[in-house]
Amino acid sequence: MVQNIIDVRNLSKSFDISSKEPGLKGTIKHFFRRQKKSLEVIRDISFEIKEGEIVGFLGANGAGKTTILKMLCGLIYPSEGSILVSGYLPFRRKENFLKNITLIMGQKQQLIWDLPPIESFYLNASIYDLDKLEAKKRIKKLSEMLEIDEELFIPVRKLSLGQRMKSELLAALIHEPNILFLDEPTLGLDINAQRNLRKFLQKYNKETNATICLTSHYMKDITSLCKRVICVHEGAISYDGKLDLLLKKLSPVKEILIVCRSEEDANKLENSGFTVKNKIKNEITIKIENNSITSSLKTILNNFDIEDLFINEPPIDEVIGKVLIKKDYDI
Amino acid sequence: MNFKKYLKVYKKFLHTSLASELEYKTNILVDLITAILSLIGSIFLLTIFFQNNGYIGGWKFEQALIIQAIYTILNGITNTWFNPNLSEIVKHIREGTLDFVLLKPIDSQFFISLKKINPSGFLEIMLGFFLLIFCIRINQINLSLSFLTLSLITISCSICILYSLWFFISTTTIWFVKTWNATEVLRSFLYIGRFPLNSFSFSLRIFFSIFIPIAFITTIPSEVFLGLSQSWKILLEVIVATVFLITSRKFWLFALKFYSSASS
Repeated sequence: MVQNIIDVRNLSKSFDISSKEPGLKGTIKHFFRRQKKSLEVIRDISFEIKEGEIVGFLGANGAGKTTILKMLCGLIYPSEGSILVSGYLPFRRKENFLKNITLIMGQKQQLIWDLPPIESFYLNASIYDLDKLEAKKRIKKLSEMLEIDEELFIPVRKLSLGQRMKSELLAALIHEPNILFLDEPTLGLDINAQRNLRKFLQKYNKETNATICLTSHYMKDITSLCKRVICVHEGAISYDGKLDLLLKKLSPVKEILIVCRSEEDANKLENSGFTVKNKIKNEITIKIENNSITSSLKTILNNFDIEDLFINEPPIDEVIGKVLIKKDYDI
Repeated sequence: MNFKKYLKVYKKFLHTSLASELEYKTNILVDLITAILSLIGSIFLLTIFFQNNGYIGGWKFEQALIIQAIYTILNGITNTWFNPNLSEIVKHIREGTLDFVLLKPIDSQFFISLKKINPSGFLEIMLGFFLLIFCIRINQINLSLSFLTLSLITISCSICILYSLWFFISTTTIWFVKTWNATEVLRSFLYIGRFPLNSFSFSLRIFFSIFIPIAFITTIPSEVFLGLSQSWKILLEVIVATVFLITSRKFWLFALKFYSSASS
């Protein structure tokens, strides 16, 4: 049986924030007397993650995804509740716990700006107590997986964003962690760089059975990497389960564009009881529920003279977008 | 603590920060020239003060020069280690890159205090030592073992006090986010350390001994060099340095509990 590697129970986190009224008066008032209020950014959440799982955290900006990741890796103290990651209380930041995890943030970097990435790799290797030979071996292996070579010897400031992100990944993985926390790792990357990064993460997960917790606003990252998603809405979990199920629930119908041999066939199809979205000459678009798609298509193909047909999936961004604004998904 | 590992990491820190600095040759050259000009300027200022008076606060020019030498060494240490590292703490906290430091299996205070060095500060340290050797000759100081031990102890204590004060102020960034000015004020106070404590009024002497112990930083080591120091003063400096060092450490660990990281 696969063990739970992350166990979160009734976790909450509040921050004190101060608000300011607009204008000069508000600024002066804010300078002398700050109006502070406690903001509950995470509200009583519970979940488990199994070893080797890739879980995507979905939510709008400010929903609390990054705060959850930061509490899981021990950067932020929880206000209430308990967290166990690999058997450790993260916020104690024990050496063995830290050797097991890594955090990669798409918008922050740890590489030394003026030096080639290789220097940062060897520095990290010494921090993780790796000898030079072992470090060299790991750098070689990871650079092959990430398909970077010459870039290792070029100052970071002269690398492209994609090359820099690959180097960041290498620096963060040199100690071969078995839990990866990735906060928008593909942010700002072009389509090819995004695809390469996803390919690498899939490969890393397959080869090492590492657990990956990922946040991303690029839906392609989520759909190609994560079987399971946790949706966060205003600090609470609105959905925790399989991505497939969520998509089915959110988009229960598919649109099918049917090109008939003649306009007459299209008219017959229009009056046969299917929900029609639109019809232009011999082309007709109908809506069919996901659970009856096979039988409906069989009926259409057997009874009408069809030239061609196209099944249109609704855009994933549009579907997932619904998650970001809804509180609860009872599936 | 695994000292072998920390030594290995420190060697890497030295290597990477030297390599980073050497990327900008002109900057190093400018820094070196600034260090030399700064020392010449300070000695010139001191000669102006002593032009009409043979003594200031009971100190002769040759004796006051020892304070200048110790100040130059300490300023060199400040420019080599404290300034490049401790000033970065504010940046780490404001930009949230402290996250990377806290997630490394290494002491975070060690990491943020020693990661960088500024090689041009080394020249200031060397200049300070040359000036100190010159002062030892002109003041005809006898170099005994006890003298060397006491000098080493008091100078080490001065370094600890200065580091702790700076680190303490930088740590408050976790709550106040922006404390550049406070560290600048500390640097300004350090300039005061170039003059003997006795040359200030009584109230200022109390202020610079109790509230901001600049007096401990340069005057007591200088008194040791001149054989003017009393044992209780040396003992007091050791106690102050220990208390400051321990407090800054505890304060850092306490402050980390309030670290909320920067938003992404």
